[in-house]
Amino acid sequence: MHPRIKEKIYKWIFTVFAFSSLVFLLGIIIVLFKEGLPIFQKVSFSKFIFGKTWYPTYDPPEFGILPLILASVWVTVGAIFICVPLGVGSALYLHEIAGYKQRAILKPLIELLASIPSVVYGFFGMMILTPFLQNIFNLPTGLTALNASIILGIMATPTVCSLADDALNYVPKAFREASFAVGANRWQTLTKVVIPAAGSGISTAIILGMSRAIGETMTVLMVAGGASAIPKSFFQPVRPMTAAIAAEMGEAPMGGDHYHALFAIALVLFLITFVFNIIAEIISRRYRIKLGLSG
Amino acid sequence: MKKNNDIIQQIGFSILFFCIIITLFFLGLIIFFISIRGMSVISWEFLTQVPKSSMTQGGVAPAIVGTFYLTLGAILFALPLGLACAIYLCEYTPKGFVVNLIRVSINNLAGVPSVVFGLFGLAVFVNFFGFGVSILSGSLTLGIVILPLIISSTQEALMAVPQSIREASLSLGATKWETIKNIVLPTALPGILTGVILSIGRAAGETAPILFTAAAFYMRGYPKSIFSEVMALPYHIYALMTEGAHPDKQRAIAYGCSLILLWLVLLISGFAIFIRQRQRGVHG
Amino acid sequence: MDKKIKIKAKHVDFFYGKSQALKNINMDIFDCDVTAIIGPSGCGKSTFIRLLNRMHELVPHTNVTGEVLLDGQNIFCCSMDAVEVRKRVGMVFQKPNPFPKSIFDNISYGLKVNGIKDKYFIEEKVERSLRKAALWEEVKDRLYDSALRLSGGQQQRLCIARTLAVESETILFDEPCASLDPISTAKIEELILELKKDYTIVIVTHNMQQAARVSDYTAFFLMGELIEFGKTQEIFTAPKDSKTEAYITGRFG
Repeated sequence: MHPRIKEKIYKWIFTVFAFSSLVFLLGIIIVLFKEGLPIFQKVSFSKFIFGKTWYPTYDPPEFGILPLILASVWVTVGAIFICVPLGVGSALYLHEIAGYKQRAILKPLIELLASIPSVVYGFFGMMILTPFLQNIFNLPTGLTALNASIILGIMATPTVCSLADDALNYVPKAFREASFAVGANRWQTLTKVVIPAAGSGISTAIILGMSRAIGETMTVLMVAGGASAIPKSFFQPVRPMTAAIAAEMGEAPMGGDHYHALFAIALVLFLITFVFNIIAEIISRRYRIKLGLSG
Repeated sequence: MKKNNDIIQQIGFSILFFCIIITLFFLGLIIFFISIRGMSVISWEFLTQVPKSSMTQGGVAPAIVGTFYLTLGAILFALPLGLACAIYLCEYTPKGFVVNLIRVSINNLAGVPSVVFGLFGLAVFVNFFGFGVSILSGSLTLGIVILPLIISSTQEALMAVPQSIREASLSLGATKWETIKNIVLPTALPGILTGVILSIGRAAGETAPILFTAAAFYMRGYPKSIFSEVMALPYHIYALMTEGAHPDKQRAIAYGCSLILLWLVLLISGFAIFIRQRQRGVHG
Repeated sequence: MDKKIKIKAKHVDFFYGKSQALKNINMDIFDCDVTAIIGPSGCGKSTFIRLLNRMHELVPHTNVTGEVLLDGQNIFCCSMDAVEVRKRVGMVFQKPNPFPKSIFDNISYGLKVNGIKDKYFIEEKVERSLRKAALWEEVKDRLYDSALRLSGGQQQRLCIARTLAVESETILFDEPCASLDPISTAKIEELILELKKDYTIVIVTHNMQQAARVSDYTAFFLMGELIEFGKTQEIFTAPKDSKTEAYITGRFG
């Protein structure tokens, strides 16, 4: 074969494969719309989103996912209280304070925490955290929004930490040197120069950490308790969106209303994370431009 | 004033140190409890036997084997796609618009909740293509989950190859593809392999994507073809905790499974993290 | 002058995006001579020699007009393949850039991508190229060691040997001694003088003594323009243009 034609063929193959991510992403969107939209022939869109009761197997069924959305929001907000201070704090320590040797040990350990499978986190939550919480707060059940928040928070911490670490990396050295040059100590440099400069990069890290927490499935399925009532307290069992999909899809008859409703939940969930990711993308692009780096 | 500042600095540093210690405390806690409590269950039989007496006795060998098959399948599917995509982005430098489009879709694919991948696999591989609940459907779904990871680690490895040796190869009259095949890929190989190992760790531990596409709670023996259902370690842990009639005995087995899965993933990922750190240098 | 012209640049303009890096370059490069290109940084000298084997195509958003004739054929003509041009016009770069492979594999690489499979022929060619590059004696006992273990000067001679192996007729040197110590530099210069018996050589350098020592012709570039071109001796002793004189006497650069 003529080499020039061969080169063209290779390039063509790579080009086609390169679009696989786009194809899968579009495939996911199409599937979610195709399988999710039919439910809106049975329930109106607003009744689906704002309906307060989720009884998909009753006769007649009720498809209101507000309790599920609120449950997701609750556990995610709870997780933020853990993963933001821990993740950002760890990143600041790693990047600004730890010496070369300390960093060489601590950073891989944080990455290791990120590699633990979610089902193991869930199992840990069920077996260790549940009895512990039940005892100290004297609860009827330890499988609650609080439990889910704590486990999700720990899971999202490495994500927040490594993204915040990246953001700190982008802060030019000259900023720090300029601050030291006017007599500021390291802490003042950190709080008055580095954190403001890395601010939007760190907020990207937080948004992506939230995105990770809201989409996490196995842990909330195992430790959130599963009650589909509107959450009123962190000490209650709740059923976030992901848990509802994972728990109920096995029993939902294919092509039935319940099946379509679960896909519609997945669609809502997908759109939420999609918006989060796009916002993070926009912020981080602006941030890099602000610091004089190429987008 | 000066002294005051020093005290504030000391307090601030201590708080940050405390943050990282708590984070790592959880890592230690998880490893400690699961190792201590799971240890008593682990035996040669546990690793090599099939489950007996409605999941209360015997071993979990089919789940270990199943996880192996699913992971292998996922890599076989995702690796060629991921490699090709990364090569295209790094070596063929397409137009800015195309790069952005692909990059945004990779980032978004990486952010899709794992259960949504499961639904996609269910609708497309299980139902539309008719592969059924099977190793094939599960592997393909897991493959999509790890695709962004493979692409980004391969991209990093390719970008670490100095431009100067690409130029050297081209200036000797090698074509672009010859340069990629003979110079760029061999040089980037260690980095690419690290990414693959990390992806193996990820694929082995994922549960939600195989929930409706591959996993079975109980199988008497080993899967016979890629169209068989399959047991898998992560799903097995979940199922032992939520299904079945003998919760107490099942819990013991779940501890054993968690121990195997946890250490499997820790060792695989730890190895990759260690290698990657040596490749990048600590601050990279 | 009845010398054979190997490469002829005719009205060459070159653009990076919208900014013009070369302006209407007309220049002849003679067969089996050394042509040096000098000028301050950013004058377009490296840009110019990268055009001569179409390496500029690796950088996106570039545009070239005019003609570069290699043995009378325009290398930008659509019937010419960049790969074909690069086989005939080799290049040695600023920093030594050996492949992370063995010494032997580095030299034989060009032969292999050109489809040569005869093992005996390859071995002989590797030896001959290393001898020509004055490296054979230093490496003959460790041909299968990694090329990265050689010193900087040895690596650069290896890169020259690698170019010699593919039997290009012209070799472009893009500041080949920029990262080398004086002893290695002297060896490379010696080698260039030796090679010009068989090869047409173009060398970009910011070192004027080097240009004076190795070249037969010198071209002086300034701000993307060819200011003066002529016999090296004339350029250095009696430059016609005042800018050339200013540069050579060290008033700027």
